[in-house]
Amino acid sequence: MAVQSPVAPDIRRTMIAAILLGIGFMAAIDEIIFHQLLAWHHFVDTGSTALALASDGILHTMELVFLVVGAFLMIELHGRRAQAPGYRGPGFLLGMGGFQTFDGIVDHKILGLHQVRYVEHVWLYDIAWIGAGLIMLAIGWKLLQRARQGQATSQQ
Amino acid sequence: MIHHSSLHDPMAMGATSAVAFGLVALLWLSYLGGVWRTRRQKPWPWWRTLLFTAGCLTLAVAFVPALMHAAHQDVRMHMVVHLLLGMFAPLGLVFAAPMTLLLRNLPAGGGRALVRFLGTRPVRVLTHPVTAAMLDIGGMYLLYMTPLYVMSMATPWLSSLLHLHFVISGTLFTWSIAGPDPAPHRPRWRTRMAVLCVAMAAHATLGKLLYAFGWPRGTGADIEELQQAAMWMYYWGDLSEAVLVAALMLVWLRRRRRLMAPDGSTVHMSAT
Repeated sequence: MAVQSPVAPDIRRTMIAAILLGIGFMAAIDEIIFHQLLAWHHFVDTGSTALALASDGILHTMELVFLVVGAFLMIELHGRRAQAPGYRGPGFLLGMGGFQTFDGIVDHKILGLHQVRYVEHVWLYDIAWIGAGLIMLAIGWKLLQRARQGQATSQQ
Repeated sequence: MIHHSSLHDPMAMGATSAVAFGLVALLWLSYLGGVWRTRRQKPWPWWRTLLFTAGCLTLAVAFVPALMHAAHQDVRMHMVVHLLLGMFAPLGLVFAAPMTLLLRNLPAGGGRALVRFLGTRPVRVLTHPVTAAMLDIGGMYLLYMTPLYVMSMATPWLSSLLHLHFVISGTLFTWSIAGPDPAPHRPRWRTRMAVLCVAMAAHATLGKLLYAFGWPRGTGADIEELQQAAMWMYYWGDLSEAVLVAALMLVWLRRRRRLMAPDGSTVHMSAT
């Protein structure tokens, strides 16, 4: 904490850190709750190609790296009191919603790495999965607009 | 279950354990000796000694005869040994800064000779993150996706060599990416972070490949056993890799805080 005097909040960096943390957090929920605790998702689907598995490996690595990097960016901003109030929440939600939507469309449907759940009418689960992502994106967007207008709760 | 070779009787395994315990004890005592000798001129951080001790203990656990025996019969236990030797023990050994301690203990001439040796081209190539990653992760692809694994189970010397490879390549990789020792020829931060990310992705992909295609083949293990081993590799590997990412980010954080101007204005710094 070299800097004591208040400084201008760094909106851009706060958003980047919050988005990275949101992506990492949503991915962690996916791995811990849906893969391991509920065991809805399969680790690998039978018939996955090596290429799809490699893309899965790359994505998984990015999630982990984002979580650690996002945390360090936040620590650094905190150290010089430059976290922008009002932007952490929307950034986090946009990261979570963005990951959830991407996961539902690209991982589950395009790459076919695994499905949400192995039941009939999986499309119901897909709609819920992607819908949850879109809702988080919408709330994140709404909160971002409020922060831009200086009306976020933490800005009062 | 893996077919048993008569060569791998408990006696031979006990001998391997004894030799390994002896080497680990020697390593640990050398470190303690180095700390003891120089502690008066400059205190050595206690937590580095603790880390080295933890690293040595992790190595020792991997050579407990009961675990060695289990690892010989069960792919999952083999994976536990692999994680202990190649991924967790190196974290303790490397972040204990053994090279710094060694330099502090060497006479000035010896220190210069060591630094010169580390600067020679072959050593520089060998300790480059890309080479280290190839040896470490590439070695794993070779081991699990070729008949090498089954061969190592039937050949005691090959098995010992493999254990040694896990320790050395894991330590080399950890050191080349995030070692705290001064290394004048270490590539810049960005390169090391990039190599780490590629290595992590390669490791995660290997875990998925082993799971999907039932490697290593020819062990006679059922598919559930192989899949569980692959999953352990995947998730426990994450943990040790996350520590490496955090170590690199700590380097970034310290440098950035040093570079911040005293009035708090942002000095835009590219992480090099």
